[in-house]
Amino acid sequence: MWIQYDVKNTVYSSDKGPTVSENTNSTPGLTSENATVGTARVKRGMAEMLKGGVIMDVVTPEQAKIAEDAGAVAVMALERVPADIRVEGGVARMSDPDMIDGIINAVSIPVMAKARIGHFVEAQVLQSLGVDYVDESEVLTPADEAHHIDKFGFTVPFVCGATNLGEALRRIAEGAAMIRSKGEAGTGNVVEATRHMRSIRSEIRQLSVAGEEELYAAAKELRAPYELVAEVAKAGKLPVVLFTAGGIATPADAAMMMQLGAEGVFVGSGIFKSGDPAQRAAAIVKATTFHDDPDVIAQVSRGLGEAMVGLNVTELPASQRYAGRGW
Amino acid sequence: MKITIGVLALQGDVREHSAALEQPDVQVISVRRRTELAQIDALVIPGGESTTISRLLDVFELREPIADRIKAGMPVYGSCAGMIMLANQVLDGHPDQRSLGGIDMVVRRNAFGRQIDSFETMLDMKGVTGSIPAVFIRAPWVESTGPDVEQLAVLESDEPSGDRIVAVRQGSLLATSFHPEITGDRQVHHYFVSMVREAVKEKS
Repeated sequence: MWIQYDVKNTVYSSDKGPTVSENTNSTPGLTSENATVGTARVKRGMAEMLKGGVIMDVVTPEQAKIAEDAGAVAVMALERVPADIRVEGGVARMSDPDMIDGIINAVSIPVMAKARIGHFVEAQVLQSLGVDYVDESEVLTPADEAHHIDKFGFTVPFVCGATNLGEALRRIAEGAAMIRSKGEAGTGNVVEATRHMRSIRSEIRQLSVAGEEELYAAAKELRAPYELVAEVAKAGKLPVVLFTAGGIATPADAAMMMQLGAEGVFVGSGIFKSGDPAQRAAAIVKATTFHDDPDVIAQVSRGLGEAMVGLNVTELPASQRYAGRGW
Repeated sequence: MKITIGVLALQGDVREHSAALEQPDVQVISVRRRTELAQIDALVIPGGESTTISRLLDVFELREPIADRIKAGMPVYGSCAGMIMLANQVLDGHPDQRSLGGIDMVVRRNAFGRQIDSFETMLDMKGVTGSIPAVFIRAPWVESTGPDVEQLAVLESDEPSGDRIVAVRQGSLLATSFHPEITGDRQVHHYFVSMVREAVKEKS
């Protein structure tokens, strides 16, 4: 199915970015008058290029290099992987700029980094550091209990988590250029990722068969803008790329999420909390590309050593469930 | 005559290219295996992460067969990461990264900068009428070209090193720094499909 990116006719487009000629540092020597940075097409397009790929959490430049060598399409720079945030507790914040710089300098693939929900200054700092995507993430401790970041105000694109279609559309309405299903980060347990991906895909399917007059009520139920609801109903997909996250620990986990409709995979603790990170990372990359070929998945799943130790999500107290953060 | 165009589907915006190639006489298939490569008259290497695509070409043993088909004259179009894969020489690549080669050019990876420098603009390109929307995402540019390479589009620059070459053609190989596939404007793909039709006609 072909989705035309008709930015000018989209209510939620953002053309607020400065022109390149005003921002001479950014695009070396370009004199074209009409070149514009930070448009919806440029932000959403970046996520299109990551499709079919694996984005890996890393906490050091060395880990970033292992991820790049294994075929990651991007790395997520953070101070502690979610599994450690769970164990250590306390307030989880944006990473140290030195650490992010170190990772940016270590690899040539895109570097993402996490800001706390609603913490627009952390996001400003990440943009100033030159990260390629900001993850407004429930894995960090939320900084605002009522408002997410106004993402249209940034040149850097944002990815946000969602547990269902309404939440995804509210984030897109705020300017998110990419969505990932939340899952339950740091558990090594795929059950919540499955729940959220199934929920988003099933709600999209329901919209695509709904009558036009039903879309107004649907928008009310989804607590999302009508224009976005109508757009999803027509296209049969989100207007931005949909990845999966939170609990993916094995090649088969990644392949299952792809078969359930994810367009790519975030792997957090699952790689560097396992016995052989380099081999597991490469195996998850291969399984993501050949997600529909059990022979390949069987082959890459052999001899990977210990997977990360998993947590039973039902045994987690509500305060330790990250997916409930954000709204 | 029906022609079959493959889109290399290891990673990247495969669906957008497939949609942009749609025409009554064109069958589009995804290519991840040698058996699929054997069915196609032409190939598109999509936008994506060139280090990942390069690695997966080796892992799934597609590098040699594709390089052989390129040498044998198969038409190929590469956008962004695809342009990098078609370059005979790549600057600022990952140490292990290898291109397929085919076009006598030097391409600099991520030359326009990081994502915050990514931009869109209107662009004039030889072979298509009027200006087309061009989206540059962490895009490469062509640093220099050999004598047999035709430059199809340039971005003006006031740098001493001169204008930036962003679209080229050598024989049946086409490459762009930018992503026409995500704009809805299909002129570049139409241009490529007519290149493929000519090549198929010559062969038969």
